[in-house]
Amino acid sequence: MATEAHGEGGGLAFHPMDQFIIKPLFGGDTVSWYTPTNATLWMAITVLVIAGILIVGTSRRAVVPSRSQSVAEMAYGFIHKMVEDVAGKDGLRYFPYIMTIFMFIVTANFLGLIPMAFTSTSHIGVTAVLAIAVFVSVTVIGFVKNGAGFLNLFWIKAAPLPLRPILAIIEVISYFVRPVSHSIRLAGNMMAGHAVIKVFAAFAALLAISPFAVLAITAMYALELLVAFIQAYVFTILTCVYLKDALHPSH
Amino acid sequence: MATETTAGHGIEGVQGSQLASEMAGSCVNADGGAVGLPQLCGDWMGNQIFWLIVTLVVTYFILARIALPRIASVLSERQGTVTNDLAAAEDLRARSVEAEEAYNQALADARTEAQAIIAQNKAEMQGELNEAIKRADTEIAAKTAESEKAIAEIRASALENVQQVARETAAEIVAAFGGTADEAKVSSVVNSRVKG
Repeated sequence: MATEAHGEGGGLAFHPMDQFIIKPLFGGDTVSWYTPTNATLWMAITVLVIAGILIVGTSRRAVVPSRSQSVAEMAYGFIHKMVEDVAGKDGLRYFPYIMTIFMFIVTANFLGLIPMAFTSTSHIGVTAVLAIAVFVSVTVIGFVKNGAGFLNLFWIKAAPLPLRPILAIIEVISYFVRPVSHSIRLAGNMMAGHAVIKVFAAFAALLAISPFAVLAITAMYALELLVAFIQAYVFTILTCVYLKDALHPSH
Repeated sequence: MATETTAGHGIEGVQGSQLASEMAGSCVNADGGAVGLPQLCGDWMGNQIFWLIVTLVVTYFILARIALPRIASVLSERQGTVTNDLAAAEDLRARSVEAEEAYNQALADARTEAQAIIAQNKAEMQGELNEAIKRADTEIAAKTAESEKAIAEIRASALENVQQVARETAAEIVAAFGGTADEAKVSSVVNSRVKG
């Protein structure tokens, strides 16, 4: 959440969207594709935090784990079990990719809740890349593993024959809508929560309602902590579900 | 409130500074505030996508090369340790059961042995007792026989004494009546009287 750098000279200043602005880190106005920006900074911090949890935390390799090692093992076990339960044993080949996605999203979500922080996952550009990567790789895996049999995913044998073409059209549409819903769900949730907190923060400038505003910010923050985890979980489990469809296309 | 916001922030800012918005692209107004949704600003997409890909690749290599194998080995090592410890515990339990059985066996053996020893001792003591009783019986019998003999002797001597006394008394009585006692006659009479 970016600071309110510019006042409007009295009155209430609502800039709930300013926290999502991309700024070059080292001055300058232009943002080209290679410019180090606040997005770069917070993605780098995300990588460092992931490395801290998963590498530094487990560096002692203790049989009886310390607290930090327990966190790393819990994250590992959580995603490993999810992949195995949802996508099946043969889905475990893709476990490192899914773990990468989960760790990036969950860490970025939580880092975004630090005051003044920038939330990488609140940008549709970021979540769209993640979702399209999942969509493309799942589709490729589906065709490589099953060949044309992958198309059985759209031809529902359980349905009566006259209904099948209609269902096939619906299935195809829903298949191509997947990356859209997949990405907008995450970015939208992140953006909405942060913007609402920002609006309440602006209300806190009014003396009469500032206790309510502070209370509301606290409540929203608690909710956002929940949302930060749940959205990462949802994104990951949907990835597993799509992977399951690719590996076992017959329903 | 709402009018204030729009007036102060959105439209006026965009119209106010064409120069600044040209410099910063179309995503930021003159005050540095966001125009619309910053998420939808095309100018910033490339930058984020590039750095996201860098981030994901770096994260993937950190996870796949270092973190995940390490955690997997720690988990499997723990699994192994737990399995070993469980096996060792099972082994120790079996041994304790064995030891208990051996103990019970030893206890039972000791008990039967004690029983045997008691029975033997009892039999020995019974034998000794019987012998002692027998010996005592024979001794008593011997003593009794001796005593009976002594009693018989005493009785015989007493009888004789009585005859003697009777004879003498008879002789004296006869003498007191002025007769003369025939010794043979007196003794035969006394003998017949005493016997009868």
